[in-house]
This record gives sequence, C-alpha cells and structure tokens, in this order.
Amino acid sequence: MSTFAEYAISALLLVGGAFTLIGAIGLARLPDFYTRLHGPTKATTVGVGAIVVSSVIYFSTLGRGIGVEEVLITAFLFMTAPVSANFLAKAAMHLEVKTTDNTRGQTWDQ
Amino acid sequence: MILIALYITIAMVTLAALLNVYRVIKGPDAPDRVLALDTLYVNAIALIVLLGITLQTRMYLESALLIAVMGFVGTVAMAKYLKRGSVIE
Repeated sequence: MSTFAEYAISALLLVGGAFTLIGAIGLARLPDFYTRLHGPTKATTVGVGAIVVSSVIYFSTLGRGIGVEEVLITAFLFMTAPVSANFLAKAAMHLEVKTTDNTRGQTWDQ
Repeated sequence: MILIALYITIAMVTLAALLNVYRVIKGPDAPDRVLALDTLYVNAIALIVLLGITLQTRMYLESALLIAVMGFVGTVAMAKYLKRGSVIE
C-alpha cells in the first residue's frame, strides 16, 4: 500500500469520526428539539460518508475491488436523512413540543 | 498508521453513541428519543464499517446496508405513530 493511500485513509477516518462526535455533542447539548434536529445531520452525511469512502479506498488498495455495498449505503443514507428529519419535525409540531424562550416566531398549526 | 487512526476513530464513534444513549434516556419528549435512536443506528453503521476495516473483511457491509434500510423504516413508522396515532391507516 502506498504512503499516499495510507495518509488519505487515515485523514478520512479521522474527519469522519470527528464529524460523528460533533453531531452527537450537538444532539446532547443544544437547548430544544428543533435545534437538536440540526446536529445529527452532520453525523449522517459527512461522518458516515467519509468513513465509507475510506473503506472504499482501503479495500481497493488491498486489491479486493470496489464493491456496490458502500455506494448503496452512502446513497441510501443521503436520500433518507432529510425525509426522516422532515417526518420528525412534523411529528414534533403536531405534538407542540416547546421551543426555547429566545425563539423568534412560532411554529404554525398544521 | 491506519491502525492508530482506526482506534482513535472507533473511540470517537463510541463516545458519540454514548452521548446518543444519554439523549435517549434524558430526552424530555418522545420526538427527542426517536431522533436519538435515528442517530444511534447511523453510528452503528459507522461502527460496523470500521469493524470491517479492522478485520479486513467485506462481509459486514451487507449487515450495515440492512441496518440502513430497516432503521429508516423504523424511524418513519415511529414518527407516523407520534403524528397520527397509528402506523397503518
């Protein structure tokens, strides 16, 4: 395995882990549900995306070929993350989850 | 070098999963818990891919794909249950 591939795989792994951790910290620390909805999207897109790309590079440098599973995982996560976030936001608006005090404007009625 | 980066990344993702479990337990409302479970399965996919790189096998990627599909279906079902009161009308 070439040195450049090792550097690329390590950098992608660290970037993915850092974004996953940042998303989880945002989920744990932000004040109300509507702001908390913002954090995990980073973990879904850049976090898992970078880790999966590093897996693709690793197995292709090992000579195992490029499989279809990684591409499918990435495409499926990128397609479904906004849909599930939209469903959760609609459910929270229906249940009238409280916002923080300094929220400008109000959530509208469905 | 890849091994050191792998161990650091596995530690980061595990810490992220623990923070998600904290939100599942504490979360004041039901949508918070569903959102934390959604993030938890995404972190499980990342951990499975990292395990596959560590063991140098591609076998676990199919289980990661299955978790991606089933986790989305579960999240949508729970959100629909919270909104409508039933999953299938």
